[in-house]
Amino acid sequence: MNPKDELKILEDALQVINAKAKELGLDFYNMFFEICPADIIYTFGAYGMPTRYSHWTFGKAYHKMKTQYDYNLGRIYEMVINSNPCYAFLLEGNSIIQNKLVMAHVLAHCDFFKNNAYFKNTSRDMVESMAAASERFREYEFKHGRAKVELFIDAALSIQEHIEPRIMIRKGEELRKRRQNEHKRANHAEHPETPYDDLWELEEVRKDASADEKEKKFPKEPEKDLMLFIIEHSKELEDWQRDIMSVIRQEMFYFWPQMETKIMNEGWATYWHLRIMRDIHLDVNETIEFAKMHSGIIQTSRTRINPYTLGLKIFEDIEKRWDNPTSEEKERYGRSGGEGKEKIFEVRANENDVSFLRNYLTKELIEEMDLYLYKKVGNEWRVDEKDWEKVRDGLVAGLTNGGYPYITVQNGDYNKNGELCLKHHYEGTELDVYYVEKTLPYLYSLWGHTIHLETVLDNKSVLFSFNGEKSSKKFM
Amino acid sequence: MSGGDFVISREDWSLHRKGEIDRERHREKVREAIKKNLADIVSEESIIMHDGRKVIKVPIRSLDEFHFRFDYGKQKHGGQGDGNSKKGDVVYADPQKGQGKGKGAGEEPGVDYYEADVTIEELAEMIFEDLGLPNLEQKKKPELASESVEFKDVRKKGIASNIDRKRTIMEVIKRNALRGEPGLHGITPEDLRYKIWDNTFKYESNAVVLAMMDTSGSMGPFEKYIARSFFFWMVRFLRTKYNNVQIVFLAHHTEAKETTEEEFFTKGTSGGTRCSSVYKLALDVIEKRYSPQDYNIYAFHFSDGDNLVSDNDNCIKLINDLLKVCNMVGYGEIEGAYYYTSTLRTAFKRIGNPKFTSVTIKDKSGVYPALKKFFSQTQGEAVN
Repeated sequence: MNPKDELKILEDALQVINAKAKELGLDFYNMFFEICPADIIYTFGAYGMPTRYSHWTFGKAYHKMKTQYDYNLGRIYEMVINSNPCYAFLLEGNSIIQNKLVMAHVLAHCDFFKNNAYFKNTSRDMVESMAAASERFREYEFKHGRAKVELFIDAALSIQEHIEPRIMIRKGEELRKRRQNEHKRANHAEHPETPYDDLWELEEVRKDASADEKEKKFPKEPEKDLMLFIIEHSKELEDWQRDIMSVIRQEMFYFWPQMETKIMNEGWATYWHLRIMRDIHLDVNETIEFAKMHSGIIQTSRTRINPYTLGLKIFEDIEKRWDNPTSEEKERYGRSGGEGKEKIFEVRANENDVSFLRNYLTKELIEEMDLYLYKKVGNEWRVDEKDWEKVRDGLVAGLTNGGYPYITVQNGDYNKNGELCLKHHYEGTELDVYYVEKTLPYLYSLWGHTIHLETVLDNKSVLFSFNGEKSSKKFM
Repeated sequence: MSGGDFVISREDWSLHRKGEIDRERHREKVREAIKKNLADIVSEESIIMHDGRKVIKVPIRSLDEFHFRFDYGKQKHGGQGDGNSKKGDVVYADPQKGQGKGKGAGEEPGVDYYEADVTIEELAEMIFEDLGLPNLEQKKKPELASESVEFKDVRKKGIASNIDRKRTIMEVIKRNALRGEPGLHGITPEDLRYKIWDNTFKYESNAVVLAMMDTSGSMGPFEKYIARSFFFWMVRFLRTKYNNVQIVFLAHHTEAKETTEEEFFTKGTSGGTRCSSVYKLALDVIEKRYSPQDYNIYAFHFSDGDNLVSDNDNCIKLINDLLKVCNMVGYGEIEGAYYYTSTLRTAFKRIGNPKFTSVTIKDKSGVYPALKKFFSQTQGEAVN
């Protein structure tokens, strides 16, 4: 088809889809759709963004994705950016009907970006700030040499997940707590509210007693934001290096909400492309092609959870249960029925994957979908857990903290020698030892002194250390 | 635009090369990593036994993106069944790997270490980069293989079937542009360009590898594997230097015979070892089929050195005979489970000819140094 004609057809289709989406209640930013050739879409997919800095790890991701595409093993139909206006890229060579589905899907993603609470603090101008950062990185390469910059980025990326994504919430909470405490202290003596109120008092007193000791501690409270701690306190870094780390940290803040709402976001988009496509006119051939593509999207796997399918199922289930509550639900929760749509919009605004699964992944759904946990036994991976609560909790555990180990800075002056001591908060899953030993040297290059990491192996506390020359491991 | 409006467009992305540039950088790093690990990769089973596949997978740990992560093998993961899953069902079975695989070989479904796709040719190029071919002699009668035609020039006159369309069109555009009427219109006879050919002669050079191996009882699968790795690369290396490389497999215990490749690497016999038998056969094969005037001959013998002591003197004599007709003769001794102090290698120390090399290989990673030793250029210079 003539590209111009194709564009016209898509424009007309989008008109219809756009109107339908709005009519159904979706609320999204202005949209820029672009049709791009495969290598461009895959580049954006690998970098997560059209304007990001250059690094071989993106080249590696790009190579992997592009090879799959070239061998016809996988295909990205679209790529959508959390920005205002919202950019969405469509793969050149998508058929008209594929593009229709994709456009409907993308509008729902954009609605999610715009309205979900976890995206509230994401920068909507990231396309521009990433372009500017990428420009600065290039200057650093000219000034300090490509190899040096590359090595530094390698090191910074090795700890990029260790930020505190709740930093905004945390700041607000601290403020609220302080106010509450003041309020409590003022009122407490006269109006004890419960018999246990003096327990709070005890904690306060104990805190005061240890306050002196705490003053000397560095950091005062264990710090989850390892990136920030190093940016602020490392004596090794030059300004350009701090800038690179800050950029990588900011980009992680930007991507984090997408990681922690993957199931919801894909489920939401899938839910809506189904609804919208159902409502617009399709001829017989289009209907068949649509059905094929949709079933490809929600295909399940024995070894992993398909976020599109799981998210879709949960949203549909919520809608059903709030539309037609059982008599028990009516009585216990006061659901009147017919509130399905309202409820799913509320869920999409307030939850992330962890709370979404925790609150709405029911016994019935787990059994109907035949979800399970599996683990390695010898050379085989076997189904290990079918009990619905354990399955749900297992899935939630895998999503907690983005699926990354929870690590905090305990001491920035360990052994009174400027050494850095980290602690992995062990919750039943051991770290990959080989990876620990390979990551510590990167951290060393950022901190400049010996690095320690406390974790648990075989139910025993263990301290990994790297002193610039060799790594060691000692059980405590 | 108010909220929820849209624009749809198509731009020219042809100059956007970012992904390709970083992909190239990644490829460079893959090559660096492979070079650093050649000793291990050279004897990698998946390559030697690659059953004709062109692209092989090379595990490269150094290109993992290291960070703190959970031990995948000790984690529980979520999956979805077809409705009837039961506790204990096998979701995925790891493919059985051969022995001696490196740490953390990718057993996990869906994740783990990075494998680079490399073609055998690329790998060979890296391995042979600093290897030369010693004792390369121009054979007297290079076989005249074929007369071929090559287009070498462009002229204004020629035969119509050889019009160079691209250049002709360029001329048209150039002429029109000069006249101030740019565009592609009005082809005149002056615009026509023709491709002109030349006859060239392609000379072929021939080489033959005499792969000799002790297949007596003391040579186990490990020893044969080492020999196999060595011959695999040897043949590939010689192919980069000669048009035709043939390989002849000569197996022996107390007697020698010519075998197929399959038999050579798989069949074993019991009994003693008399290495002179295979040298005799090699000389025989050379005399009958591969005249040293036409062929570059490379003879290499693998054994564990457990030869009949009474046979050693005879071996030395025959090796010296081989050296007269071969470009190189090599002897590789594999120190396997059986290790004897009085070995053939000790006896071969008496051979002073620089065309003779002997190497000892203890384990898989010894194959690469052995190749390097056998094909190192310095030795060749010593001869010339």
